[in-house]
Amino acid sequence: MSYRKQVLVCVGPDCEDSGAKLLKDNLEKIIKDKGLKNEVKVAKTGCFGCSRTKGPMIKILPERTLYIGVEYNDLTRIVEDDLINNKRVEDLLYRDPKTNELKQSIEDVDFNKKQIKIVTRNAGSIDPEKLEDYIEKDGYLALGKCLTQMSREEVIAEIKESGLRGRGGGGFPTGLKWEFAYKSPGEKKYVVCNADEGDPGAFMDRSVLEGDPHSVLEAMAVCGYAIGSDEGYIYIRAEYPLAIERLENAIAQAKEAGLLGEKILGTDFNFNIQLRLGAGAFVCGEETSLIHSMEGERGEPTSKPPFPAASGFWGKPTNVNNVETYANIPVIINRGAKWFKSIGTEKSSGTKVFALAGKVNNVGLVEVPMGTTLREVIFEMGGGITGGKKFKAVQTGGPSGGCLDEGDLDTPIDFDNLIERGSMMGSGGMIVMDEDDCMVSVARFYLDFTVEESCGKCTPCRIGTKRLSEILNKITNGNGTLEDIDKLKDLGVVIGDTALCGLGQTASNPVLSTMKKFNEEYMAHVIDKKCPAGQCTALLQYTVTPDKCIGCTACARVCPVNAISGKVKEKHVINQETCIKCGACESACKFAAIFKG
Amino acid sequence: MDRIKSFDDLKSLRDDLVKAKNESGLTRVSVSMATCGIAAGGKEIFEYFKEKLETEGLENVEVTQTGCMSYCYAEPTVEITSPDGISRIFGDVDKSRVDEIITKYIENDEIVEGLITKNYINVNDISQKEGS
Repeated sequence: MSYRKQVLVCVGPDCEDSGAKLLKDNLEKIIKDKGLKNEVKVAKTGCFGCSRTKGPMIKILPERTLYIGVEYNDLTRIVEDDLINNKRVEDLLYRDPKTNELKQSIEDVDFNKKQIKIVTRNAGSIDPEKLEDYIEKDGYLALGKCLTQMSREEVIAEIKESGLRGRGGGGFPTGLKWEFAYKSPGEKKYVVCNADEGDPGAFMDRSVLEGDPHSVLEAMAVCGYAIGSDEGYIYIRAEYPLAIERLENAIAQAKEAGLLGEKILGTDFNFNIQLRLGAGAFVCGEETSLIHSMEGERGEPTSKPPFPAASGFWGKPTNVNNVETYANIPVIINRGAKWFKSIGTEKSSGTKVFALAGKVNNVGLVEVPMGTTLREVIFEMGGGITGGKKFKAVQTGGPSGGCLDEGDLDTPIDFDNLIERGSMMGSGGMIVMDEDDCMVSVARFYLDFTVEESCGKCTPCRIGTKRLSEILNKITNGNGTLEDIDKLKDLGVVIGDTALCGLGQTASNPVLSTMKKFNEEYMAHVIDKKCPAGQCTALLQYTVTPDKCIGCTACARVCPVNAISGKVKEKHVINQETCIKCGACESACKFAAIFKG
Repeated sequence: MDRIKSFDDLKSLRDDLVKAKNESGLTRVSVSMATCGIAAGGKEIFEYFKEKLETEGLENVEVTQTGCMSYCYAEPTVEITSPDGISRIFGDVDKSRVDEIITKYIENDEIVEGLITKNYINVNDISQKEGS
């Protein structure tokens, strides 16, 4: 039995608060009362991505009509006019804020179309283990076009004109990088793909490598043609076994089909690609360390200049680009630099993939044109903060980045704007924090990470980051002083100015940016010895509220260190010296008599 | 795959593949099998789909794997594409939802729970002749 009409009610976490579930139940009742139960189905659906300003929303199939801001009083009209008489309820349709036009269906609304999948165009819609699927989506046509219709200089000019900038975090103009390698003298040159993706919380590159491996292979071959190289390497972290497997499979398939190897597509161009596996070192995401690691040496950076484009792998001109940068190449070649430049901002063309994580409802990947605001990404595509809590900060750029606060939410995202605001776009990690996150603890987390990952070669990073980490741990343990705050600032600046590579140069960003924007939290930790967010356990105290305690002994019985004393029916007391702040008592108490603060 | 001998051959192959896909008359079930999808149980869902389709005797349905669909919060996710190209994505797919998808959505076009509204434009769907 097929339904004549289907009504989809958006019951995303945001809309649920505005009564969407109740709305759905009421709608079902009206439909039943009108005898339409067998003709009309009502189904719950996920978020339409509008952010609270337009909910609750209802979509009617098969016409795909979209109604917004639906209230209980509108339901009868929707049933009578639309479901029974096939007449759209005009005052519930979405009006485009720019053109003032009424939009009938969800396919026409702007708020749902803010993402443009260029880098992630194939991941999620092709089988990454089938070469045919990639070819069906115009795979390898860009390589064919370059080899048969474009000179090497024309390819480089096209990439330069597109305005593509490195997506690994550096933002260096890709076309210019290729041109340097092209101009460097020498017969032997190399193409390297940086697939190390070391930033905690970043998984953009992984999704391309696992979901669309051929796009990277094709782009590397295009680069090889342009700069004059016949050998490529993908340096991929060993922690990505599935990506490694799919890449190896893709390389073998491409070779078999004559898309890699000797005389590609019947031309004189040869290009081979091999994998090199990382071994868990964050610093090997830095290009000179990466190259040394590939050469069999310890992953340590060397000063630039010389840049890899002049002297890289085995001392030869080498082009190193990030996975996401490469994934853009086939599209730029096929559609043209002008088309690519029409997306994004003037100085940052194209899109950027962000790995949205933390306290957002819709964790996952979003790919947006440069210039999209943080607010749009977090509250529209991200579906807002979990549990209806208040947004506090968003950390961008991984350990090299900083935290942005509420005042920065309307910043259009691009390479330069975020730096101005005290952070950076980095490789695309975006960790959202709410009122329960302690910003001092966040800074400490990133510094602890940096200390672990510092290669140790230069003093500012080796010793400096360790000192920063020690001070932050001191503060979160309740032993910080105002002097420590000053030390953090001075040390942070010095390390940034004197470290040898990007890891050290940006190591103090998390500290300096949180100190600037969340100074009151640092002060609370140092002066009041309190953690306002309630996260730093050393600064928390669990105490029994005497008025509420009925002496049931539940807390005393679960305490793992016997820190709670009190007889049955008597007020209980927690010994602060013995207490290990595990919180078991708070969970066990049925009378809300345990206070944490 | 056999060696592709020239750029023209590649273009013809692409055209043949596009034609074959459009004319296949098959319903495609695509299960997200990137690391996130697999960690959430995508492999079991993939196998169960194949198993269930066989017991239901549905022959014109193809089950394939794909990479990350970007809806990490709703894994396992599945995309169902009808023979005429209409596709819908369902999230939080467990075995009972697989049953529902097969008996209600694939056989009857009835929307079941877990529908995720696609919230992007894919460059693959923008015709190249448009230029922008």
